[in-house]
Amino acid sequence: MEPFAWQPAASPSEAASIATHTTAEAMLTLTGRPDTQQAMLIKAGGVDLLDLMKEGLVNPGRLIDISRLPDLDGISGEPDGGVRIGALATLARIAAHPALQQSHAALSQAAALAASPQIRNRATLGGNLLQRPRCWYFRSAAHHCLRKGGAHCFAFPGDNRYHAVFANQGCAIVHASTPATALAAYRAEVELADSAGHRRRVPLADFFVLPQADMHRENTLARGELLTAVWLPPQKPDCRAQYLQIGERAAFDWPLAAVAAVLDMDGTGHCRQASIVLGAAAPVPWRARQAEALLAGARIDSATAAAAGEAALAGATPLSQNAYKLPLLAALVRRAVLSAAAIDTVLPANPGAP
Amino acid sequence: MNDEFPRRREHFPVGLAHLGLETVEREIPADEPPALGPNAGLRQIGKNAPRWDARAKVTGAARYTVDVSLPGMLHAAVLRSPWPHARLRSIDLSRAAAAPGVHAALTVAEPPVSGKPIVLRYVGQPVAAVAAETPALAQAALQLIDVRYEPLPFVTDPDRAKQADAPAVYRKPELDKVPSAGLPASAAVYPLSGNVLGPESRNSRGDVATGFAEAAVVVDGTYRTQVQTHCCMEPHAIVASWHEDGLDVWMSTQFTAGVRVQLARHFGLPLSRVRVQVQAMGGGFGSKSQMGVYGRTAVSLSRLAGAPVRLVYRRDEEHMDSGNRPSSEQHLRIGARSDGTLTAISLHSHGSAGIAFGAAPGGIASALYPCPNMESLHYDVFTNAGPSCAMRGPGNTQGAFALEQSIDELAEKLALDPIVLRDRIDPSPVHREERRMGAERIGWSQRRAPASDPGPLKRGVGMAQSLWPANVQINTACEVRLWRDGSVEVLSSVQDIGTGVGTVLAQVVAEELGLEPAAIRVRIGDTEFPSGPPSYGSRTTASITPPARTAAWRVKEAFFRTIASAWQVDAHTLIVQDGSIQVRNDPQRRISWQEAAAALRTDRISATAGRADDYAGFRYRSGDAAMALNDLGGAQFAEVEVDTESGVIRVLRVVAVHDCGRPINPRQIESQVQGGVLMGISYALMEERILDSHTGWMLNPNFVDYKVLGPQDAPEIDVVLLENYQGFSASDAYGISEPANIATAAAIANAVYNAIGVRIRSLPMTPAAVLQALGLVPGGRH
Repeated sequence: MEPFAWQPAASPSEAASIATHTTAEAMLTLTGRPDTQQAMLIKAGGVDLLDLMKEGLVNPGRLIDISRLPDLDGISGEPDGGVRIGALATLARIAAHPALQQSHAALSQAAALAASPQIRNRATLGGNLLQRPRCWYFRSAAHHCLRKGGAHCFAFPGDNRYHAVFANQGCAIVHASTPATALAAYRAEVELADSAGHRRRVPLADFFVLPQADMHRENTLARGELLTAVWLPPQKPDCRAQYLQIGERAAFDWPLAAVAAVLDMDGTGHCRQASIVLGAAAPVPWRARQAEALLAGARIDSATAAAAGEAALAGATPLSQNAYKLPLLAALVRRAVLSAAAIDTVLPANPGAP
Repeated sequence: MNDEFPRRREHFPVGLAHLGLETVEREIPADEPPALGPNAGLRQIGKNAPRWDARAKVTGAARYTVDVSLPGMLHAAVLRSPWPHARLRSIDLSRAAAAPGVHAALTVAEPPVSGKPIVLRYVGQPVAAVAAETPALAQAALQLIDVRYEPLPFVTDPDRAKQADAPAVYRKPELDKVPSAGLPASAAVYPLSGNVLGPESRNSRGDVATGFAEAAVVVDGTYRTQVQTHCCMEPHAIVASWHEDGLDVWMSTQFTAGVRVQLARHFGLPLSRVRVQVQAMGGGFGSKSQMGVYGRTAVSLSRLAGAPVRLVYRRDEEHMDSGNRPSSEQHLRIGARSDGTLTAISLHSHGSAGIAFGAAPGGIASALYPCPNMESLHYDVFTNAGPSCAMRGPGNTQGAFALEQSIDELAEKLALDPIVLRDRIDPSPVHREERRMGAERIGWSQRRAPASDPGPLKRGVGMAQSLWPANVQINTACEVRLWRDGSVEVLSSVQDIGTGVGTVLAQVVAEELGLEPAAIRVRIGDTEFPSGPPSYGSRTTASITPPARTAAWRVKEAFFRTIASAWQVDAHTLIVQDGSIQVRNDPQRRISWQEAAAALRTDRISATAGRADDYAGFRYRSGDAAMALNDLGGAQFAEVEVDTESGVIRVLRVVAVHDCGRPINPRQIESQVQGGVLMGISYALMEERILDSHTGWMLNPNFVDYKVLGPQDAPEIDVVLLENYQGFSASDAYGISEPANIATAAAIANAVYNAIGVRIRSLPMTPAAVLQALGLVPGGRH
């Protein structure tokens, strides 16, 4: 790690005005070696940024620390029944929040399964959503890949066992955030603030970008902007949700596959509307629209859940080593649907964090 | 017998303590202590004395090599090859050497044949090194080394490397310099064809064609195991101080005495001027047994700089360049008569130790179950990957995965219970008892037919056996000192790498002297003391406890003679108990240990003892190393739950039944067995070094992507320990580390088969591998 300066920010707008680059911009290089430049980057929990710095993938001259800013970590119910989660709320707090466990169970479940207890105590929701991909070529300073400004994707000819099975043309990263899968299923929005203090809200689906749209970043966060909160829309009283993931080990592991299912049930065993989002499957949280369409209006039983699992695979383009993700995703969708509808609660044999 | 070496007869307990003991008479050297009774009658041995260094470890007071800091100490950094195969065109260290704060720079890589250019053969191979005043200055100086590489064609995948047109890792004249991952033989004695070296035919006997012709049933399978890295919590670390009187080294090492010999030879110093020390140590599984390139580099830098130099590997350096367990591909065929009698075993194996050789899957297939016809042919496959070295149960861990699955498969074909078949073909009564006890604990009688559970979560139970030679280091010595104030020290260069040998030494000496273990000062991990054994090959306890007891006994004899002469009684009538010395059957003639010691003529008396040969002889002996007559066994049982829709295997429970001769500290042994089982589960389910075949780089040189099991993956582990008396030495104790690791992956694989009815013949058994084996992955079953 190169030496760097440290500056606590006084306010969100000050942080936004000092920052010279987003982390993604600062990592972009033509040479394969990050410049030892005077980039000033915003740091919250520092979990991902310090990792990137230790790996020699980014060398900021200054870190603008927002982790001690007041009023950015609140979790508050809104008058309309929605919830606003401050960007600095830690994953541990989100996982343990009683009201969220009631209203948005899939988010609590996802937050509880992310990383390790130590990291959940430190990692913020904002930082988690903005973390860079886990592709091992992207994370290796020796591999100057497309996403870092290089000319090659190493994953296509190389080892792509953990990579995307959807929308994986050009760059096959999977989105690294575990909570994002659940947030996308709830149709959440992010709140962005600029240096003038203006705030705007963007649906998560529009905030995250596919490689085809922009190879060099995972979201549309602009320079001089700060992610300040996540907004969860109100849930209908009959909404039921389940988040499930499977990893190679029970904890402290990015999932091989994940799913968040939110079902609006009508009280007679039928589903009015379904939201099915796949994690670790695509460069963004991947909405399984065909599964959603199949479930909407259907009676939820083993057969429809299994059909939804198969439908969720529509459009998949597995790579040389990750076709195993397809049966995994199908099984998780089926189980998540049945579990959300409280029909069957066969959960994965890999239960993850408590 | 030679009259110069007087001997006497002693009666030793033999057998398994819980089944009843018998007595055997052995003739032993007269200067060895009397036979030790069974643990049940002892005060310290066989009891759970607290770890001697527990307090220091939990309070943070323990000093590891990485904590050593000397005045004026410099920090080293290593420039490593970014290419998997390259010729070093030129290297210029002058700019780096002249950089501010840099005190020394040198080239580390050596030419394969003197006079020829340096060739680098794997990503991460050390090229050059610098020593500077801070780690950051050293790191920065690496950028100033002007180095030009000429990249050469390379191959990292063993399957590809076997092909005739694959890029060659070595040429025949270079084989002399190939590092060995196994036995210290030279690679040059074997034929080399492309990247394939061999065959080496070890343990072959009889005629397998005849044997298979006699077989009623034959099982035939190909098993693959992956490369596993050592993952020591404390990285490889050394602080070297070259000074005018010689060389002082602090090193995270499994063998202080051996490293001293290597350093002395390499640097042309007398042994008397080289001192190697290690206090606390954060784990070693075979990779910290030698001087190593890092040791040579740090000492060379210290000599060049005229200052102490500290070299500590980063985690990525640990993964890429500190040794690993080689891969294997084992084609195993076993033939048997209809009653189970084995008629032939054929093992044809390939294995890759990267740029090293010695990747054979051990001798377990030839040694565990007697069979008259055995053919064992092994080929090493060179690849452009970091060299392997010995790693916990080298060879046999890979070998057991194939052998014990094949035996289970054979049992199924013969319609026999796997334990019944083993009872027929395994002559060892100790193994038989281990199987019986383990079966009882795991509830073997409730075991069901394969794939009995109707739902997606399927449970199964399986077992496998371990085999490992009971190794002994003959070149082992220990000193015991008694001071005039009654205090006692035990001294040896033996190192405690976390296994608790320090506790064991205190217990053995305390037992002999009638004291408490806490009263014994343990001074180890320093070559200033008598040379102890290495902490590898499961030989530490077996090697050091007999001389420790012998030395304590000799000190006691000398001490008693002084008391006896003052009291004018026969020294043999004296006994020590609870800190007092008295005449047997005469409680009036009694003196406290301290009072008696105060009468010594000198400040201290001392005795140094060496490791005597096993009283019943060794079955093998070569140089400083020997093997006891009987091997170490162990039977492990696993219960698993397989999620047949996600491919996740959860190990629910492991029962591990083990023998290690006389247990000295059962709790420490249990702890070692648990460690071995956890390492085995991790090897079975998740660990794997992954190299990119297009760049040669390791893709997971960290603890995020290189997956080691965590607390939530750890099952309940039930350790059952036998007391197996053999009357072989003054302590009759043997090792445990490796047997504890060898059977685990095979036991899990057999349990997985029992759960799902599909045999998984390659490691690691990840969710992807399980789904593949179940035929659920599009693109078909492989």
